[in-house]
Amino acid sequence: MQQTLEKLTLDFQEFQRLHLEAHKETAPKRLAIVASKGSLDMVYPPLILATTAASMGWEVSIFFTFYGMDALHRKRYKGLKVAPLGNPASPAPFQGIPFQVPNIIGAIPGMTAIATIFMKRWMKKANVPPVEQFIDMAHGMGVKMIACSTTMGVMNIKKEDLLPIADIEGAASFLHFASKATVTLFV
Amino acid sequence: MTQQIQATKVDRELDTRGLLCPMPVIQAFEAMKGLVSGQTLRVVATDPGSKADFPAWAESLGHRLLRHEEDHGVYTYWIQKG
Repeated sequence: MQQTLEKLTLDFQEFQRLHLEAHKETAPKRLAIVASKGSLDMVYPPLILATTAASMGWEVSIFFTFYGMDALHRKRYKGLKVAPLGNPASPAPFQGIPFQVPNIIGAIPGMTAIATIFMKRWMKKANVPPVEQFIDMAHGMGVKMIACSTTMGVMNIKKEDLLPIADIEGAASFLHFASKATVTLFV
Repeated sequence: MTQQIQATKVDRELDTRGLLCPMPVIQAFEAMKGLVSGQTLRVVATDPGSKADFPAWAESLGHRLLRHEEDHGVYTYWIQKG
C-alpha cells in the first residue's frame, strides 16, 4: 500500500513536470496594431507601444491605414499636425493661463499650425523623440511597418511616396499575423 | 544593507535620467545586448512609471531584477541578464 502511494506520488510529480514543459511559452509574444489616424497626437501611441513591445522581445507589426499612413509618407511624416478644433482636452498653450482657449478659436486659420508648434515644443522639452526618430527606432528594433495597399489606391499614394522601410500589404496578411497575436490594438 | 549594495557587481551602467517612457526600457534593451547571461546592468531613471515598467520588462525577457532603490525621485535598478 505504502509503495503504491509513493509510486503514485512520483507519477503525479512526473506528470506535473511534463505538463508544465508542454505548456511552457516558447513562441514570442506578438503585438498587432492598426494605426488609422494621421494627427501628431495619434501617431505617437502606436509607435510608443510598438517600440516598447520590441524592447520586451515581442514580434510587432503596425498596419498603417487611411490617414495613419501619413506616418510612412516620405513628404508628410515630418509634418504631422495636431488640430485644436473639436478637442476639448487641448490645454492652454502657456502655463499660468487659468483658462483653456475657447474651442471656436481653433477654427481660425493658422491655429492648427500654432497648436502643432506648441505640442512639438512640449515633446522636445520632455525629451520625447520626434515621429521620424521613433519610426527609425521602431525599424531598427525589427518592428514591421505595413502600408495598407487599399489606402494607397484610394489616396493615390505610390510606392515611391513612402519611406523605403514600409512593406506594402493588404488586410489578409495583417489579419493572418493578428490571428496569432497576443495583443491586438486599433488606434 | 550598504555592504549588500557594494556587493552587487555592476557590469554596465545606464543613465536614463530625464527620459520618459518608453525610452528607458528601449535604452536598457540596447544596453543588455552587450552583456552576457549573468552580468548585471544598473539603470538610473527619473520616470516614475519605470517603477512598474522595469519589473515587467525584466520578467518578459527572462532577466532578473536583483534590487531597486528610490531616492528623491531617482530610481535605480539592478538587472541581471537572463
